[in-house]
Amino acid sequence: MIKYSSKFFSNNILKLFLSLVIICISSVSFGAGEKINYPQLNWSFSGILGTFDRASQQRGLQVYKEVCSGCHGMRLLAYRNLKAIGYNEEEIKAFASEHSVNTINDDGEVVERPARPSDKFVSPYPNDKAARAANGGAYPPDLSLIVKARPDGANYLHALLTGYIDPPSDQKVPDGMYYNKYYSGNLIGMPQPLYDDGIEYADGTKATPDQMAKDVTSFLAWDSEPEMEDRKRLGISVMLFLLLLTALTYFSMKQIWAPIKKQ
Amino acid sequence: MSKSKFKNPVVKWIDHRLPVFSFMDHELNHYPTPKNLNYFWNFGSLAGFALVTMIVTGIVLSMNYTAHVDYAFDSVERIMRDVNHGWLIRYIHMNGASFFFIVVYIHIFRGLYYGSYKAPRELLWILGVLILLLMMATAFMGYVLPWGQMSFWGATVITNLFSAIPLVGESIVTWLWGGFSVDNSTLNRFFSLHFVLPFVIVGVVILHLIALHRFGSNNPIGIDVKGTQDTIPFSPYYTIKDLFGLSVFLSFFAAAVFFFPNFMGHPDNYIEANPMVTPAHIVPEWYFLPFYAILRAIPDKLGGVLFMFGAIAVLFILPWLDRSSVRSSQFRPIYKIFFWILLFDCILLGYLGAMPAEGIYVILSRIATAYYFFHFLILFPLLPYIEKTKPLPISISEPILGGAATASAFATREKK
Repeated sequence: MIKYSSKFFSNNILKLFLSLVIICISSVSFGAGEKINYPQLNWSFSGILGTFDRASQQRGLQVYKEVCSGCHGMRLLAYRNLKAIGYNEEEIKAFASEHSVNTINDDGEVVERPARPSDKFVSPYPNDKAARAANGGAYPPDLSLIVKARPDGANYLHALLTGYIDPPSDQKVPDGMYYNKYYSGNLIGMPQPLYDDGIEYADGTKATPDQMAKDVTSFLAWDSEPEMEDRKRLGISVMLFLLLLTALTYFSMKQIWAPIKKQ
Repeated sequence: MSKSKFKNPVVKWIDHRLPVFSFMDHELNHYPTPKNLNYFWNFGSLAGFALVTMIVTGIVLSMNYTAHVDYAFDSVERIMRDVNHGWLIRYIHMNGASFFFIVVYIHIFRGLYYGSYKAPRELLWILGVLILLLMMATAFMGYVLPWGQMSFWGATVITNLFSAIPLVGESIVTWLWGGFSVDNSTLNRFFSLHFVLPFVIVGVVILHLIALHRFGSNNPIGIDVKGTQDTIPFSPYYTIKDLFGLSVFLSFFAAAVFFFPNFMGHPDNYIEANPMVTPAHIVPEWYFLPFYAILRAIPDKLGGVLFMFGAIAVLFILPWLDRSSVRSSQFRPIYKIFFWILLFDCILLGYLGAMPAEGIYVILSRIATAYYFFHFLILFPLLPYIEKTKPLPISISEPILGGAATASAFATREKK
């Protein structure tokens, strides 16, 4: 008797609703203007089991420190957070103390003290206006969330950092602007940051622009989603539990309903 | 009442004075439910679960959130980074909003397909539409709280809609904002309202349930329950079925929360709100996109606003727009086709809402909007005069049809 709703209908409606959901959701990301195709890289942290590559993250921190941090802040990350990418307390203390922060002493004067692990990353400029003034009016965005704050963030960053090419002959590049094939509108205020052997990696890896772009992206991906590894690990256990629960409730349901279905 | 059905003396004592246990026993245990409900009847309880989830996670989030333009964005990031499992609570809340809408939209289309809004369930339906409206207001204000770029600009665009009201529009917008732009006072009041509205929703949900239990659930064949042979007690049959449905729902939900938490969000909302920088495209959350498409389809601002609200308003009067007395689409061959067209139309509107308002998208939006209102205002009242409905079964448990019978009913009879 229960069979009144036909199977055909259920299957159809399910498919339709799934497509509804998928279309609606995927269309949201189309909203972000013209599509530029970035090279799709195989990141160690993509996929449901992906984790960060510690060595790459540490090299990325070095790139950030020696190249990016001249202009870009990272105000949501604290020095203590570096523990998660494999640094010990001594190293973190030393790293933090290279920077100084303002504090108020007992006499009420503003004085500088070395940064501690509990401090957030010290930004290169005291405020947005100073940052703009120092960069010809362009604001170098804070990098704390950069990978989450751009569509296809990791691939975008890698593409942008390696996308500096000579402009086509018909393209005029104004002073203080640079040509980047992956930037929306192609004219970007950031000069090319990465050059061959622009830095010397502590672990001896060859510092090509591509390598540095990958490493710093890996570091920034972590800094945008520091919870990612925990999240995926917990997610696997939760999914296993839910699959078991679904199976249990399904068979319980079948058993409980058996006499009704038989009628 | 003298002979209590409860064995536990404490329960017995309380129930004699305050019959809450009898009430629960009656409404959740013995509550007679049609025995032929399909899985689409799972979505009501799922919506209830989603509401409770949103309230619980929301209360925890509010303990760590700061409703101030200078601190809101950072306080959310502090939840994500420094609060123990704060990322989990926040991602559940964030994705929970989307899943709540998915569940509720399926619930609504279920009602449309099986005619659940028809007499005597008109008020049940109207309360449901009211819940949808409250949900939309709550979700909109909640999206403003993280104070990202889309929060700010979404709030600016939507509140500005009220400026389309003739004469007093501008004053109303200033009143809504509590100032001359979306600013700290706007954020504060939105937080306050976002906190309180869910409890208003709970109140309306209780009324929704009282109205539901007055006549019981509708069912896939849409005919009234004729007697006890047509029903089974809610527990254990539908409690276990709802639990199974919940497990499946949770599996999808958990997959989103743990593996694709930002899939349904917009990257721009991870950029702190900046009144000086307008994003290239201001897009609302996906669950508002069909309405956003209707808004933009009308070339006139006031007209767009009226049609957008009209799209919800027609749902309120739907029980009287539909003149057919046959509930289930299974017996309405023409309406059934139009149901799928309406569903497709709504999906199309959602897609168009995410597209830039230019070229072919504008034309398609207008066609889709026109169809939406045609469906409700013309098709529903007139179709019954043209449509020849199929003969209805005699009862849920005796689906013997007079005259022509459906193939599935034959099959069931043959087996006997």
